[in-house]
Amino acid sequence: MTFSGEPQATKLGRLRLPAKQRLPMDDLQPLLFWIIALMMGTCAVATVVTQNIVRAATWLLFTLAGTSGMFFLLGADLVGTIQLLVYVGGTLVLVVFGVMLTAQGPFINMKTSGAEWAISAVVGILLLSVLVIGTSKIGHVGPPEKSAAARFQPTYTLASQREVRDRLELERGRGSIDEDQYYLAIARLDKEQVAQASYSAVIGRGFIGEPVGPVHEETVGKSNKTILVRAHYLLPFEIVSIHLLVVLIGAAYLARAKRRRRVAA
Amino acid sequence: MTETIGLEHYLFLGALLFVCGAVCMATKRNAIGVLIGVELVLNGANINLVAFAHFNPAFEIEGMIFALMVIVLAAGEAAVALAIVLNFYNNHMTVDVDTAEELKG
Amino acid sequence: MALFAFSFWALWPYLLAIFAAFILIFGFMLVSAIFSVWLERKVAGRIQDRLGPTRVGGKFGWLQTLADGIKLLVKEDIIPTSADHMLFRAGPYIALVGSFMAFLALPFGNGVVAREMNVAVFFMLAVMSTEVFGIILIGYGSGSKWSLFGGMREAAQMVSYEIPMALCVLVPVIVAGSMNLNAVALQQKNGIWNWYIFHDPFTFGAFWTYFTCAMASCKRAPFDLAEAESELVAGFHTEYSGFRWLSIFMAEYGSMFAVSGIANVMFLGGWSLGLPFEMTELFGSFLGETWGTIVGNLINVTVFIFKGWFLVFVMMWVRWTLPRLRIDQVMMTCLKYLVPISCVLLMGVSLWLLVVPQFIQAYFNWLMFGVCVALLVVLIRQWYSWASSVPSDAMPGMWRSIGVPGYQGAKR
Repeated sequence: MTFSGEPQATKLGRLRLPAKQRLPMDDLQPLLFWIIALMMGTCAVATVVTQNIVRAATWLLFTLAGTSGMFFLLGADLVGTIQLLVYVGGTLVLVVFGVMLTAQGPFINMKTSGAEWAISAVVGILLLSVLVIGTSKIGHVGPPEKSAAARFQPTYTLASQREVRDRLELERGRGSIDEDQYYLAIARLDKEQVAQASYSAVIGRGFIGEPVGPVHEETVGKSNKTILVRAHYLLPFEIVSIHLLVVLIGAAYLARAKRRRRVAA
Repeated sequence: MTETIGLEHYLFLGALLFVCGAVCMATKRNAIGVLIGVELVLNGANINLVAFAHFNPAFEIEGMIFALMVIVLAAGEAAVALAIVLNFYNNHMTVDVDTAEELKG
Repeated sequence: MALFAFSFWALWPYLLAIFAAFILIFGFMLVSAIFSVWLERKVAGRIQDRLGPTRVGGKFGWLQTLADGIKLLVKEDIIPTSADHMLFRAGPYIALVGSFMAFLALPFGNGVVAREMNVAVFFMLAVMSTEVFGIILIGYGSGSKWSLFGGMREAAQMVSYEIPMALCVLVPVIVAGSMNLNAVALQQKNGIWNWYIFHDPFTFGAFWTYFTCAMASCKRAPFDLAEAESELVAGFHTEYSGFRWLSIFMAEYGSMFAVSGIANVMFLGGWSLGLPFEMTELFGSFLGETWGTIVGNLINVTVFIFKGWFLVFVMMWVRWTLPRLRIDQVMMTCLKYLVPISCVLLMGVSLWLLVVPQFIQAYFNWLMFGVCVALLVVLIRQWYSWASSVPSDAMPGMWRSIGVPGYQGAKR
């Protein structure tokens, strides 16, 4: 099973960025994957099995840290870092804070009965087998030609990106490349930036409404003219911002100090 | 076992996390334990998204943006859920979800 | 090992490289902690008008920390019966790992970094925020009220101070256009006036705000409410002894150096000595690229480490000078002052880059630098004039406070 969807090659070879070298991360990947995966699996099961809620949070910490390790292995440094910052530094601390605020005694236990365990285990194993069988159907999908982690260009900053973009702009102004070629060259530039693991800038540009998605053709108007279109992510970003604002106000409203109501005896 | 680590390995891992999270939601009686289960489920989904992004070069950015959205929304969800749990604790003096049965017919 | 389809023998160079990097970073953390503890005792001593350690290892007590360390290692290892054993054991190591991981992305010289990342500064902030979880576990797992209070305070404080700290780090990130620490430092080469602290008024303000938040996030006085010994015995680490206690403190001193390292790279030119050339480039021009990089980076690393230790020294200076705040004052400082200030700085620097004309931006750092040098000169002059004009009948060590209204001190 293979994927296709690379943007078409342009003739603007000289506008490409310098060649990239291969780093040892690729060879280490299997070993690191197995180490982290075994740790995550063990900790995820321990999260479920343990009866002490703070211990469950600790096991969850290891699972979340492993997840961010997986993101780093997949070359998604930005997502892995945000995972660490938001989940481990934010959500988990919040969870433990919640435990401390709602604990009646130290180290609270709430036992689950044996029957509940049995039912949950059966359902869980059924669900897992469905997912595993479904996943097995797709067969082996190897890593793509380029590995994002392997192609990191250290001194590749916004300034050098701007430089290449300005040159493209200049070429377009002179008329030596047409609109479509310009569009594809920008797309190619984005791809290369992503391949060099400098995609945080690309994601940021997508969030402020610049087109960064994959290039595809779209027919517009009555004249059936085809134009090249790329997606941007301004709307999701705005929605998430508003959502967070609402959550902030809502959580503050719900959790504000109130006079405790007596439970009717 | 195949030569290299492929997409399916990550998907298996994501499936394991998902199932652990689902079982956690079902078995924990502490409301905060249920929340922990939800976090596990979301993480399983996130591993899938980022793995798809990595193994399909055409959608590298999309997968990561989706994962970022999931992380942000999960943080918001955790905040609201904890606020609800605190409210619940204020009213019932416990966080055992089995005691929330006033609406039972 | 057909199961895992890779050979350990083919990988040994990489594993060796990883091991070497680990040993280097961990060794540096250890040495830095040993040095910092000695420095802390000396600084505290001098500020309190006493000598500090003088006996162990020569005149200045060089080996005092080593002796302390040996004492700690042979101490009885106590776990209270009411503690949650697993959490009690795991907590210090989680804190230590969080602090250690920050060094993975910290460049000590031009390219001298364990793993160069595109989001290096963000990564450092993220892993240092995991340290707080270790502290909370320590506080909760000890099964003691002092520890629990310390842990709760620590959680509230760290979660709050992370926000202005990250916002202040964003200010130079916006100026540099990169979160890659190596690239940010290289943009500040060729002279002290290129350092980002002098770039514009907002980065100047951001440095001081960042440093305040950094002190709070390392739980240093005046923000050390988590271990306030006057109210909480020893705060979150009340129940600890021996090696685990040592780990907690290695984590603390490690993260002190790490936040100082971020301050160095983001505001103070990284490994730059302030001279108008970059060491690796200078030596590269007449030693060739390979040897130039090696020799230049040896100087760079030395400069970076001493700059880091200087900022750590400033933290100690503040710690032994200022009294501790109350917990509500700590939270108020953050939420009422530091968060709005850092938001203003962030908005300000964005507007500065967009609105202020290019030629003003290009020369403003010279102006900033000149003003700072002038202020420093005035300060030093005042300092000497105060020190030389201490009246003989005043309290020893007390300077005549010039311009303090109502001062009725002794006149010459």
